[in-house]
Amino acid sequence: MPTKIEKDALTGTDTTGHEWDGLKELNTPLPKWWLYLLYVTIAFSAVWVVLYPAFPFKGWTGVTGWVAREAVVQDVAAANARMAPMMNRIREATPQQIAADPELRSFAMAGGRIAFANNCAGCHGAGGQGAVGGFPSLADDDWIWGGTHDAIRATIQHGIRAGESDEERVSVMPRFVADGVLTLAQASDAAEFVLSLSGRATDQAAVERGKPLFAENCVSCHGENGEGNRDVGAPRLNDRVWLHASDRASIARYIANPRLGVMPAWGGRLDPATVNMLTVYVHALGGGEN
Amino acid sequence: MKWFNHAKIETNLILMGVLTLITVSIGGLAQIVPLFTVATTIERVEGVRPYTPLELAGRNIYIREGCYVCHSQMVRPFRDELERYGHFSLAAESMYDHPFQWGSKRSGPDLARVGGRYSDDWQAAHLRSPRAVVPESIMPPYAFLDRPLAYADIADHLRAQRAIGVPYTDEMIANARADLEAQARPEADASGFQGRYARARQAAFDGDPARVTEMDALVAYLQMLGTLVQFRDVTPEQLRQQ
Repeated sequence: MPTKIEKDALTGTDTTGHEWDGLKELNTPLPKWWLYLLYVTIAFSAVWVVLYPAFPFKGWTGVTGWVAREAVVQDVAAANARMAPMMNRIREATPQQIAADPELRSFAMAGGRIAFANNCAGCHGAGGQGAVGGFPSLADDDWIWGGTHDAIRATIQHGIRAGESDEERVSVMPRFVADGVLTLAQASDAAEFVLSLSGRATDQAAVERGKPLFAENCVSCHGENGEGNRDVGAPRLNDRVWLHASDRASIARYIANPRLGVMPAWGGRLDPATVNMLTVYVHALGGGEN
Repeated sequence: MKWFNHAKIETNLILMGVLTLITVSIGGLAQIVPLFTVATTIERVEGVRPYTPLELAGRNIYIREGCYVCHSQMVRPFRDELERYGHFSLAAESMYDHPFQWGSKRSGPDLARVGGRYSDDWQAAHLRSPRAVVPESIMPPYAFLDRPLAYADIADHLRAQRAIGVPYTDEMIANARADLEAQARPEADASGFQGRYARARQAAFDGDPARVTEMDALVAYLQMLGTLVQFRDVTPEQLRQQ
């Protein structure tokens, strides 16, 4: 019980009057401004409860009738309406027309950059540089399925081996060793021959052994000199750009049991205007072809 | 304030007890009352099904590794979120989540709609070594997930989920082990599995069809996230919470 309120000699502050075994407590109340701010927030919450859906009662939406999900739908609609004049032009133009028109091009490059960062950069890298392990670079001219505007758009739209679109890019490299076509040693020889196509072979005897194997099993897709074939998505083998790895053992392992890359079909996720913007952006990353 | 006297409350055990009870009850009601109306918040959309055994095992790994500490699973109804992640999350999409994985912290991106955004290869490569594919990533590596998955007790996990309201059928529980193995092996016969779990995808999620690994389970779970509801077919009427 507060018995005796006295002034503390050291600080000049009143005590609360409480005392425990000779210990006394100074009375230092909360600052007034803080206390009144607390009262204001309590009053605010009372107003908020009336205006907004604060109770989990059936049908209670508050006086304003505000619903977060309806608000965001309106937000999106308003933003789309603001962008509609440009987006409609982008949607109806071909990527070539967009690239040729300075106004459309600058809009598409800005929008494509954002869409690329959000959807493509995970696999292909923030700058389109790709990553080791089957994620191809988009910034060079070593295209697997083609680097023209139309080819890039088709790849984005329908994807690769994702099973999401009837027009997707599909090709299947056989599992040469896993399916018993070649032995592991033959796969290794074929790999050495593949290295010789870009002047990197170190075992001439293996190259000689690998040559007929390559002619028999690989040329139908990758070409006689390993120049590749974009119609079937067979990568070029006579350059020094590699999708997976560039050493003999890795190439042999790939021949033995290839791990075929998959890219989602973005046509079902992004609207056609965004696909067009992405096409123009990717085409401009460095390797675009006409 | 004469009518309000702390000293009186603090020296009267019964008064103190009664007032404490009233205060705690208010807090309790605020948590309990909404539970009675949960059913009315679940949208009547189609497609949401219980997790396949492999996805459930992957979800357990997701929780075990604390993925929720850095990743939320909740696309909130704001335009910037919709632009980045897709349709806002529905209550129906996590109605079979015990516990839910909404989260409130995003050191990494939201994962509510990550399913299908990347290939299985990318998911596995990224889990093994995030910086090998995304140089600017700050995620720790989880290469140890390439170890065999312990799933002898998977049927019990389904039973436990059923006990708290997930509609697993007797048939699903009886076939849990077989279904788990079938989903991780693309060449396995899975006609029964496909019938039990609509739109579930079979694949060698970790790249190795011969083994069932923790990587298989986690990637299968991630690749399913956010893909069950077909938003193209959903009407605004179905999205309304009653």
